[in-house]
Amino acid sequence: MNEASPNRLSSTAGVPTARPRSRLGALRDSDLWQSFVASRLVVAAALLTTLLVGAAFLAPLIAPHNPYDLKSLELIDADRPPAWEEGGDARFLLGTDDQGRDILSTIMYGTRASLMIGICSVLLAVAIGLSLGLWAGYAGGRIDAAIMRVADVQLTFPAILTALLIDGVALAIFKRYTFEGGKFWILVMAIGLSYWVQYARTVRGVTLVERDKEYVQAARLIGIGPMKIMFQHILPNVLGPVLVLATINLALAIITEATLSFLGVGLPPTEPSLGTMIQVGNKYLFSGSWWMVAFPGLTLALLAVAVNLLGDWLRDALNPKLR
Amino acid sequence: MILRLLVVTFAVLCGIGASDGPTKTLRFAAQGGLNSLDPYALNETFSQGTLANVMEGLIKRDENLKIVPGLAERWEQLDAKHWRFHLRRGVRFHDGAPFTADDVVFSAERARGPNSQIRGRIPADAQVVKVDDYTVDFILTAPNPILNYEWETWLIFSKSWAEANGAVHVQPASATALNPSALKANGTGPFMIASHEPGTRTVFKRNPNWWGKTQHNLSEVVLQAIPADATRVAALLSGDLDLIDPVPVQDVERIRQSEIADALVKPELRTMFLNMDSFRDELLYSNVKGKNPFKDARVRKALYQAIDIETIKTKIMRGMSQPTPLMISPLLFPLAGEFHRWPYDVASARRLMAEAGYADGFELGMDCPNDRYVNDEEICQAVAAMLSRIGVRVKLNVMPKAKYFEKIGPKRYDSSFNLLGWTPSSLESYGVLTNTVRCRDAEGRGGTFNFGGYCNPHIDALLNSILVEDDMAKRNELIAEAFRLLHHDVGTIPLHQQSLAWGVSRKINVLQRADNQVRFEKIWMQ
Amino acid sequence: MLAFAIRRLFEALMVMLAVALIAFALFRYVGDPVNQMVGQDATLADRAELRRHLGLDDPVIVQFGRFVSHAVRFDFGISYQLKQSVTGMIAERFPATFELALAAALFAVVFGIPMGVYTGIYRDSWLSKVFLTVSLIGISLPTFLIGILLIYLFAVKLGWFSSFGRGEVITVGFWRTGLLTISGLKALVLPAITLGLFQMTLITRLVRAEMLEVLRTDYIKFARARGLSDRAINFGHALRNTLVPVITIIGLQLGLIIAFAIITESVFQWPGMGLMFIQAVQNADIPVMAAYLLLVAFLFVLINLIVDLVYVRIDPRIRIYSKGTG
Repeated sequence: MNEASPNRLSSTAGVPTARPRSRLGALRDSDLWQSFVASRLVVAAALLTTLLVGAAFLAPLIAPHNPYDLKSLELIDADRPPAWEEGGDARFLLGTDDQGRDILSTIMYGTRASLMIGICSVLLAVAIGLSLGLWAGYAGGRIDAAIMRVADVQLTFPAILTALLIDGVALAIFKRYTFEGGKFWILVMAIGLSYWVQYARTVRGVTLVERDKEYVQAARLIGIGPMKIMFQHILPNVLGPVLVLATINLALAIITEATLSFLGVGLPPTEPSLGTMIQVGNKYLFSGSWWMVAFPGLTLALLAVAVNLLGDWLRDALNPKLR
Repeated sequence: MILRLLVVTFAVLCGIGASDGPTKTLRFAAQGGLNSLDPYALNETFSQGTLANVMEGLIKRDENLKIVPGLAERWEQLDAKHWRFHLRRGVRFHDGAPFTADDVVFSAERARGPNSQIRGRIPADAQVVKVDDYTVDFILTAPNPILNYEWETWLIFSKSWAEANGAVHVQPASATALNPSALKANGTGPFMIASHEPGTRTVFKRNPNWWGKTQHNLSEVVLQAIPADATRVAALLSGDLDLIDPVPVQDVERIRQSEIADALVKPELRTMFLNMDSFRDELLYSNVKGKNPFKDARVRKALYQAIDIETIKTKIMRGMSQPTPLMISPLLFPLAGEFHRWPYDVASARRLMAEAGYADGFELGMDCPNDRYVNDEEICQAVAAMLSRIGVRVKLNVMPKAKYFEKIGPKRYDSSFNLLGWTPSSLESYGVLTNTVRCRDAEGRGGTFNFGGYCNPHIDALLNSILVEDDMAKRNELIAEAFRLLHHDVGTIPLHQQSLAWGVSRKINVLQRADNQVRFEKIWMQ
Repeated sequence: MLAFAIRRLFEALMVMLAVALIAFALFRYVGDPVNQMVGQDATLADRAELRRHLGLDDPVIVQFGRFVSHAVRFDFGISYQLKQSVTGMIAERFPATFELALAAALFAVVFGIPMGVYTGIYRDSWLSKVFLTVSLIGISLPTFLIGILLIYLFAVKLGWFSSFGRGEVITVGFWRTGLLTISGLKALVLPAITLGLFQMTLITRLVRAEMLEVLRTDYIKFARARGLSDRAINFGHALRNTLVPVITIIGLQLGLIIAFAIITESVFQWPGMGLMFIQAVQNADIPVMAAYLLLVAFLFVLINLIVDLVYVRIDPRIRIYSKGTG
C-alpha cells in the first residue's frame, strides 16, 4: 500500500507526546537502548546504508559497465543468467537484462537514481511542508484554514495521478523538453508534492503548541519579528520530528518511485532506477529469468529496511523521553 | 444469471446433468473486454472478431483467411460495378426472426449511417438493392475489386429487432442515454449473449439453432478482461483459465513446459515499422539545425541498415517475429517474394551517414509506446542502442498509448522518430499504403496515419490507379511498384510482423487465425 | 461545536470543488480520449466531430461548470470508454473494493495488534525480533512486488488460491458479494494480504510504540508496585490505553485503503474502483477519473472531519485554536 502514505501514523508515532514519565524509566530505556543487540542492528543498518549509498554514488568509478551508455550494449548479450549459473558469463556477475545490460552495474546506477529521486523529493516535501506548516501554525486564522484545506486537496490526489498530471503539464509547457532529464524532475515533483502534507501537519501541530509557550510570547513582547520567531525559535523544536519523518519517508519515496515505474510513469528504461528494473524484470519472472527482478528487488528491500531501521533509531534517539 | 450458473454447477456436481449433455465452459481472458455490443460502434479487431461469434457477415473467412460463404451462399460480379449476392435460406436470428434481404439492406444503411465507425466497409455512394427476399445487388459508381474483403466484420443486424430495440442508428460515442443494443445483441451466429458487463465480463451460450454444422462442444464461453500480462499468464498456469490472448513472447516457453497449458504461436498480420519525420524542414528533437537529415534518403537508409533485425527477433521477440521488407504481411500480398530487406550492415550505414555529411551522427528524439504492441518498449530500446553505433544518439521517450498517439498522431505529429504497427483491416495493401504512406499536410489531410510525413508523389499517383484497377494481376503489379519505390527511397523502416501467441489449456483444441480473431465455433473441449 | 462542524462542512465542500476544478484543468494533459474511442482508421473529420460532441473543445471552465451542475444530482456522465453511466459503474464496483478493504483491514488488525502487543511487552525476545523484521520487510517491499510473489507462490506453484479476480459473486439486493461463495473467499485471500500487509506493519509498530510508552508511565509502575499480575497490567491497563489512538489510525487507514487500493487491484485484476480508475487513466476516460477523484476527495474530507471532531474532544488546546480560527 505504497500509495497510502501513513501520514497520520507517522506523525503520531514521530511526534513526542507530552505524557508524564519517570526519570527511572528513561534511564532503564536508555540503558536498553544502549544494549548491544540494538546497537548491533543499527550499526549493521548504518553499514549497509553506507555500502549501498557508496556503491551508488561511486558507480561511475567502480561499476564494471556503464549501463547508460547505449553504445556499450550488445543485444546478443541479453538475458544471460548470473555468472555461476549455466550459460552465465564472467563479465556479468549477476547476469544481464533484456537489453544486455549488466545487472550489477545497472543496480549501482539504478540505486543512485532511486536515492537521488528519494532524497530530492523528500527535500522538496520538507521544504514545502515545513514552510507551510510553520506559517499555518504561527499565523492561525484564515491562513491556517486555507493552508490546511490545500493540504486536504493534495491528499486526495494519488501519487500516480499527480505524476501523470505533472508529466502531462510539463510536456505541454516545455514542448521540446520531454526526454530523460525531465522525467527525473517530474518524479521528484510528483512524489514531493504527494508527501508534503504530513510535514505540514506535523510542523503545524508542534507550532500550535510552541507558539503560546512563554518563551515565544516573551520573544514577541520584546519585539522580535514573526519570521525570526518562526525560524529561530520554533523551527528547532520541529526539526526532530521532521528529521524522523524524512528518514522514514525516504524509504517510502523510493518505494513510491518503484511503484510509479511499475505503472509506467517512472524513469525511462534507458536510464533505469531500481523501480524501473523491477518493472522490467517482472515481465520475465515467469520465463525463468528470475535474476532480473530478484537482485534489484533485494537491493530495494535492503535499502528500504536499512533506511527504515535508521529512521526508527533516530526517532527513539530524538525522543526526549528516551534522552 | 449467476443463480442460474450456480444451479447448473450444482446440477453437474450432483450428477444430474443438464439435458443437453455436460456443461463445457470455456474460460477466456483477453487484455480488454467487450464494451458496446454494437459491432458498428468501434472499428477494432478484438471486439468485432469476438462479436462475429454472435453475429455474422455475408462472407466468412476460414482458418487461412480465405473468403468462404457466410450469410451469402454465393455471389457474382455482373459487371465491374455490379455485384449480386445470393443469401442463405432458412437462417434465423436468435430471436426467431428469419434472415432476409431486408436485413442486409438495413445493415448496409446502418453501417453507413450516423455515428457508424465502419463506414469504410461499403462505399458511401453504392446502392444496395433488394432484388428478392434472398438476393441483394450492390451497384457501385467506381469499380472496386475488394468490395467484400472486409465484410466478415460487417455483421448483419435484424431489421425488426433493431427497430423494436431503438437500435436503428448507431449510438453516438458521446451518448448520454444508453442504447439497448449496446448491452445486448441479436445475430444469426453460433453463440448468443447470455450476460454482459461492459469492459469486464461477457458470457456467451451456445445457439442450438445455428444454421451451420456445429464443430464445437461448448455450452458456454466466459470472456473476462485481464489487462495485466503476468496475471493472465498466472491464471492460465494455475488452471483458472482455458484460453488467454495474448501471451507475452517471453512466457511462451514457460507455458509450453506446463503440464496443463500450451502456447499457440502464429505470425500475425500486423506490421511493425519506424517512421522518420521527413516532413518538417528542421527536426523537432535534434541538434541538427536549419535542415532535416531525414530528407536525405541516404540517412534513412543508414538507419535502416544499422538495425540488426535478426537479433531483435532472437533476443527480444524470442524468435516469434518475421523480419519484413514490406509494410504488409507476405500472407496478404502475392508478390511479396521478390522483396528483400536491405542487409544489416553497420559499415555501409556509417558510409552512408558520412556521404550525407553526418559522419559524427546527430541527436535524435524517439517516441515509443509501452502498452500497445508486443515488446514495443524493448524494440525501441534495442533500436536506440543499435543506432548509437552509427553515431545517432537517440533520446528515448516512452509513454502509454493514450499519450503516445495524442503526441505523434494527427494533428500534432509531434515526433521525429517513432514506432507504429498497422494491421490492414481490408487484408490487402492499398489500405496500408493510403493510410500510412500517402503524402499528407501538417493537418493530416491525405495519409492521416503517415506519422513520419514521408511524401512521394509517384507513390500517390500509383495509389490512385490501384484504387480503381479492376484486374487483380495488374493491381498487384501496381502495388508492387509502389512498394519498390518505397523500399528504394526508404520512406519508412519496416521491422517485422509480430506473432500472435495464445495460451491454451491442454483440455481444448482450437484453431488460431492469423488475424487474431477468436472463433468459438471450432473449439473442442475434453 | 455545531458551528465548528458546519463551518468544516462548508470547507469540505470547497475542498471537493477545488479538487474537481484542479482535476479538470489538468485532465487535458493526460492524453486524448478520442483516440481510445475510435478505430485506427477513423477520419480526422470523425475525430473532430467526436471531440466537439463530447464538449472537449469547450473552455475548461465551461466543462467544469457542466460537470458540477450534473454532479450535484449524482450524475457523473457516461464513461467514454465503456458507454455506461459512471454513477452506475461506481455503484457496481464499490462493493468489490469495500469487501477487499474490509478484509485487508481485518487481516491487519487481527495480526497487527497481537504482534504489536507482544513486541511491546517482550521487547527482547527472539520472536519479537522476527515480528519486527517481518514488519520491516512488509513496509520495505513495494506492494506490487509482494502481490506478484504471492501469486507466483500460492496460485501458480502451490495452487491454493486463485490468482486474479473476485471468484463467483452472489447478488444480495444491490450489493454483489464475493463473501458467500468458496471461490469468492479463495480469491479474496491473496489480495487482502497484499493490501493489508502494509497496514499490518503500521499497526504492529504503532501498538508497540504505544505499549512501550504506556508501560513506562507512572500508573503502570504503580500498578506493578501494587502487585497486580503482569497479565492484568498488560491487558487490563496498558492495552486499553493504547487502543484509542490505534482505533483512530485504523479508521483512517480504512479510508486510505479504500481510496488507494489501486495497485493491489491492478495486480490481482480485482474488479473494484481502483482498477476502474487505473483503466480510466490509461484510456483518458475523463468522466470516470473525475468521479473517482471526487469520491476519494469525499472520503478524505469525511475522515478528516471526523478526526478533527474527535481531536477537538480529546485535546482542549486544539479546540481553542480551532475556535479562534472561526
